[in-house]
Amino acid sequence: MTEMTAVSGLGHRVDADEARARVRKRYRAEARFKAYGIGAIAFAALFLVVLLADIVTKALPAFTTTHLVIEVPVTAESVDPDGSRQAASLARGDYLKPLREVYQGFFPEVSGRAPRRELNGLLSSGAADELRAEVMADPSLIGRTVKTRALVSDDADLYYKGVVTDVVEEQGEAVATPSATSGDVVVTTATPAFADDLAEIKSELSETARKRRFEVDRIRTLREGILSDKPSAELALREARGGGDATRITIAQNALAKIDSDSQSLQAQMETLAGEAADFEARFKDSGGAEKLDEKLPSRLLAINGGIVKITSLAADRVEGVTLTPLKSQDAAQPNAWKLLTYETPENSRRVNDQQIAWLETLKAKGVVETGLNWGFLTSGDSREAEQAGILGALVGSIFTMAVTLVICLPIGVGAAIYLEEFAPKNRWTDIIEININNLAAVPSIVYGLLGLAVFLNFFGMPRSSAVVGGFVLALLVLPTIIIASRAALKAVPPSIREAALGVGASHQQAVFHHTLPLAMPGIMTGTIIGMAHALGETAPLLLIGMVAFIVDVPTSFTSATTALPVQIYLWSDLPEVAFQAKTSAAILVLLFFLFVMNGLAIVLRKRFERRW
Amino acid sequence: MDATATAARPKPTASATLPAGDPKIVAKDVNVYYAEKHALKDVSLDIPERAVMAFIGPSGCGKSTFLRCINRMNDTIASCRVVGSIKIDEQDIYDPSLDVVQLRARVGMVFQKPNPFPKSIYENIAYGPRIHGLARSKAELDEIVEQALRKASLWNEVKDRLQDTGTGLSGGQQQRLCIARAIAVSPEVILMDEPCSALDPIATAKIEELIDELRQNFTIVIVTHSMQQAARVSQRTAFFHLGVIVETGPTERIFTSPNDKRTQDYITGRFG
Repeated sequence: MTEMTAVSGLGHRVDADEARARVRKRYRAEARFKAYGIGAIAFAALFLVVLLADIVTKALPAFTTTHLVIEVPVTAESVDPDGSRQAASLARGDYLKPLREVYQGFFPEVSGRAPRRELNGLLSSGAADELRAEVMADPSLIGRTVKTRALVSDDADLYYKGVVTDVVEEQGEAVATPSATSGDVVVTTATPAFADDLAEIKSELSETARKRRFEVDRIRTLREGILSDKPSAELALREARGGGDATRITIAQNALAKIDSDSQSLQAQMETLAGEAADFEARFKDSGGAEKLDEKLPSRLLAINGGIVKITSLAADRVEGVTLTPLKSQDAAQPNAWKLLTYETPENSRRVNDQQIAWLETLKAKGVVETGLNWGFLTSGDSREAEQAGILGALVGSIFTMAVTLVICLPIGVGAAIYLEEFAPKNRWTDIIEININNLAAVPSIVYGLLGLAVFLNFFGMPRSSAVVGGFVLALLVLPTIIIASRAALKAVPPSIREAALGVGASHQQAVFHHTLPLAMPGIMTGTIIGMAHALGETAPLLLIGMVAFIVDVPTSFTSATTALPVQIYLWSDLPEVAFQAKTSAAILVLLFFLFVMNGLAIVLRKRFERRW
Repeated sequence: MDATATAARPKPTASATLPAGDPKIVAKDVNVYYAEKHALKDVSLDIPERAVMAFIGPSGCGKSTFLRCINRMNDTIASCRVVGSIKIDEQDIYDPSLDVVQLRARVGMVFQKPNPFPKSIYENIAYGPRIHGLARSKAELDEIVEQALRKASLWNEVKDRLQDTGTGLSGGQQQRLCIARAIAVSPEVILMDEPCSALDPIATAKIEELIDELRQNFTIVIVTHSMQQAARVSQRTAFFHLGVIVETGPTERIFTSPNDKRTQDYITGRFG
């Protein structure tokens, strides 16, 4: 192959192969760089997608809620104590009692205080709120039967959403004959229809035993760790006694006592669990015959002849149990006319017990259960009851706070930036101011909360936990960011524009406000977006000025006590009820949506101001 | 003189008649300092009314600095200090009681790189008259805008698109727009700092034609690098070198028989 060489402009010999190799190397480097860029974006996008997917799936249960549709006779005695049909009287009426009466009428067999309380516990304390609202809006309903939607309690709601426990349904394969319609019942089948279930129970026993053993080991390790500290604690006590200092002696004695008591309680736990494990293992080894079910194993219910039986003992061809809801007859049930329901979570691990499950299933079978979109989330304020809690109070509070923040920090921030950039003399003092503003932008936000507490609340005596104080504190937080961004935007306007304006005979002030400022608007808007988004999500300073209180009412003015979205999320995430977990995620989505809308608005404004020069 | 020297010397073509009467601008012993640097030394100059005066000289000699002194644009530079007297119509423009903003309405400026406002063509012209209150109604403002554009020979090209943005015009049109903008406030003096250096020869020719027309109504001072341009458009010329005025005089004389050897060398292209 002939080698072609070229001669470059300066007379060097340039090997064509080398040149090609260099070009290829350059292309490869560019492709690599591009790949890195795409990789980085993909990585970030992946995180974003994962985060959003996580939040949305966690929030899904909060989007729907469950009501019972009940027809309640509204009588004047209960809802209108004064007999005046005026709002004041109607508001004091008892709506829950008539509702509960109809509700309890669905289960006439329930008697006794404790069972009634369990039954009522499935309804929310606010179940009669819709009824009250309807009657107060239209008093002519008194004396009629009103169809109303009663909110169920958060546990019932979670059960209907399938969050409480997984359910396995099996259609019955053989003919089953119950021995009674209520109380203790024995159901026999012609063929061993429950053989599989028996085997399942066995494996459940072995699994549960294994878990107990695991737990025992864990506690043993823990106890050994605590006991290993004992020698040094005893040494400390001897030294303290030798030293004679009473305080030291007491401290050493207390430490030793704590070690002893901790190890003893752990020992007790270990023994209990080991006992349970042994019990399960014994039952597992004992083959054949019936297995007893208790609250530590998954529950099994038999739905037959319109009623539900809780199984207490299961053998291959017969089950013994007690009715949770009465059967309609003792007739034999054909195959596929009855079913066996297995609830995977044992009764002692859930808040809804088997009896309540039976009632809930019966209500569903009666067709009174209605699941719909949870508009109450967006229209009600906070509540201790998980099913009634809504985001409206926090949302309005955030809107008010943001409004105050914007009104304060935008004019002051942009004004300060204009003055510092255009009009202030360039001397030592302005340098110091600039350094301080840059530092303030980096101060932790909780310090602003302390400042707000000390100055706005204690010194000026402004109303605690109000949107006004929150807005002031957040405005201080955001101000340095806006000043810095605005100054940069003003600096970026080409000086030729200002010279042109001055050349035409504009004063410095006219040149700045008529020409420089409009051209700097896109940059100023960007700084404002960043600042406001920052302020929207700030929780720490708001906590310190008291916005962490539990506020039920939706705020009506800038000075009424309120909470804000990030604080609401923080409060809800701390609450134990499971229903609040979904609500926390839903609140996060509301916050993100608010942020999205706010930023979208600012971007639209920025585009309108944007000019090309 | 040898043939090459004669060929290199530009021919003055502008009307040689110098206007009579008092000079519009009188500068005496003007010194300009940028911090410690002494940029202009003892500059004394008369600028005639209703004529074009050219400042020529090599780069960095101080002509733009002196030009910017006349409308006090050097005030915007913090480190700049001006000593001496400049009088326009016998009024000292560095008198502390003088309103600089009014001065700049009387003394307009056109810059080297065209810098129209990023607004519509109409707004560019209308801005000056509006802030100085020169128009009492929209109709009057429209009239001023049209007159300015006509005088700047731009009207026919833009009359259908007054609302288009000023920055969308070509370079030459933008510079004429800037001249129209400067004229719109009815100044007495127009200062031009190398107005054609960023333009092509055809646009340059148009602007030079414009300058020739304008000088009937305005006093024009033009800084230029191109000696041919100075010879073409101006009636008086001042040659700056290293911060001092070397020679001033009628353009014809400067370019045909300069008194100073430095002027001679510059004109014939020996340096600069």
